[in-house]
Amino acid sequence: MSADVQLENIGVQFGEFVAVREASVTITGGEFFSFLGPSGCGKTTLLRTISGFQLPSTGRVLIDGQDMAGIGPNHRPTALIFQNLALFPLMTVWENISFALEVKGVGRTERRRRADELLEMVALPGQADKMVDELSGGQKQRVAVARALCAEPEVLLLDEPLSSLDLKLRQHMRTELRVIQQRAGITFIYITHDQGEALTMSDRVAVMRQGVIDQVADSTTVYDQPETAFVASFVGENNAFSGSVAEVSSESVLVETTLGIFSCRTSGSSSLSKGDAAIVFVRPESLFFVDDVGARNRLDATLVNQEFEGHFWHLLLKARDGHPMRMSVINDGRSSRQQTGSDVTVGFETNGAVALPSGELAAD
Amino acid sequence: MSVWFQNFFKRNGIGLSLFLLIAVFVWVVLMIVLPQLLMLDFSFRFNWHHMNPSKMGGPDDVYTLTHYKFLVYGSPNNPDPFNIVDVTVFFRTILAAIFVTMFDLALCYPIAYYLAQVAKGARARFLVVALIVPFWVNEILRAFAFRILFGEEGSLNSLLLAIGLLDEPVDFIRENVALYAGLGYAYVLLMIFPIYNAVESLDRNQIEAARDLGAGWFRIHRRIVMPFAKPGITSGCTMVFMLTAGALALPQIIGGPSSLWFTQIIYQWFNTGSNWPRGSAYAIVLLISCVVLLLFLMRLFKVRIGEIGR
Repeated sequence: MSADVQLENIGVQFGEFVAVREASVTITGGEFFSFLGPSGCGKTTLLRTISGFQLPSTGRVLIDGQDMAGIGPNHRPTALIFQNLALFPLMTVWENISFALEVKGVGRTERRRRADELLEMVALPGQADKMVDELSGGQKQRVAVARALCAEPEVLLLDEPLSSLDLKLRQHMRTELRVIQQRAGITFIYITHDQGEALTMSDRVAVMRQGVIDQVADSTTVYDQPETAFVASFVGENNAFSGSVAEVSSESVLVETTLGIFSCRTSGSSSLSKGDAAIVFVRPESLFFVDDVGARNRLDATLVNQEFEGHFWHLLLKARDGHPMRMSVINDGRSSRQQTGSDVTVGFETNGAVALPSGELAAD
Repeated sequence: MSVWFQNFFKRNGIGLSLFLLIAVFVWVVLMIVLPQLLMLDFSFRFNWHHMNPSKMGGPDDVYTLTHYKFLVYGSPNNPDPFNIVDVTVFFRTILAAIFVTMFDLALCYPIAYYLAQVAKGARARFLVVALIVPFWVNEILRAFAFRILFGEEGSLNSLLLAIGLLDEPVDFIRENVALYAGLGYAYVLLMIFPIYNAVESLDRNQIEAARDLGAGWFRIHRRIVMPFAKPGITSGCTMVFMLTAGALALPQIIGGPSSLWFTQIIYQWFNTGSNWPRGSAYAIVLLISCVVLLLFLMRLFKVRIGEIGR
């Protein structure tokens, strides 16, 4: 069973501090949905609101169409996986997993059978009688997932559960979680500040900034069609050039910046008109070396540093006015190489640049 | 062993090492073990050993079980099969100490939990101060205050009569209510703080995780908080039980006129009875019974002795 989760104008306030502001989103049953944002953006508060540990100051949470107001966390069809997992250290693995059944008064043999089943599902067979502390980080992770699934929730809430794992294991667990989600067939709501996690696992992502949901879309849309300057700067790397709109046409806008006039596409529902303050975003992979100085969308710069990462060269450039820029060159043997310290000219296509209304950028 | 000493001296320096060794020796051996061993030895001697040292080392100076026998069977002229008075007092003292300990646990566990997990900052500090300050009042004074509170003309009776719960005053002192209340109150801090210490280190997410999985408050406490706080609960119960069973001043002052505390009998043998060996025997029986009972209970609740120190 999987349920829709509807957030209607959720606001959460702690004294003077507004943690979440008018958050509205509908999460479809069976979806892998992520809230992505920097720490302190209110995503954990939102998750606690869904699970029932936090009461919203305004708005409603509906699960499967039912208003959750007045329903405690122990009576909601949700299960939460905590950032530190919060496994019970004084219980064995199988007792941990079957705790939700123990609460329901299910007998010991049946509990044990179900725990073994779930251990099978999270690819951890034969570990039932161990104590939690005897497990490795990744194994604990799986036990936490199994324990939550044992409650047969309609919605599984995950609060950055992978953040304590090392990189290799984290990447492995991403795939694993996705597989478990498809097998369990329930709604997953995932909280993370790691855009890699959000983009690779999710059906849809909500990008949050200071308590506000900026954009809700699938991964490619969030990356290619950012709605706000914050989304453009937070998701993936982006070079930002501030300016003002000089001309608007149906296919493109011209933005005048201190480094020249750039022709860009617009994105999403954001509308720009002449004279508006705007920011031009160009992805590092959209930049390329050019020879024809003076044409449109050209920049003179100095190549400050080059980092080799195997499939990519990551270059650090400095524009004429000292503006730092990042550029990625694919290592396929065809792209040209430049000496560090040399003066270069780089360019981009109209399609490779997005103009968005001025707004807050993500902190580096 | 000598390697251990070498390392010990190397790690702490000569000054600190000597201080630690001497302090521990004086404390453990001279002040705890040795006097108890002397008491043990005393309890197996005839009373003249205490009264008439000139006979010491003579042919009559042999070990005897007479005092232990007296505790169980009374004097040779005793018509009853047992020393009913002393044995009854002994068991009543132990049972009363268990009761006071359970009462303190029931009272202090919620307070300790509230302090450790619910109250925050200034409120928690205020509560701790409010708990500690009354103990600035000297124990004897507090005991007499309880006499006033629980006496037949006392505040409690006046209150209960005024609100109509009682038709005529109850002698709470005769009924031992004052004694149990006084003993319970005397050791609340010794129960609260060990439990507080244990519960405070419990990750709040554990509680929320259990709640999220459907558990109600009772189950959360039974399955998560209490097992985690078990060392603290054990150490609190141990202290309260030992001190209650060994209390003297409070039973003396606010105990009912007809009910003796076992320590009062011990005191009588040492003092008015002028029979130190018999007093020693009684004291040793109380000590060993309490320790055995505690070890049995710890085994029952699967607590290892090392855990108490945590």
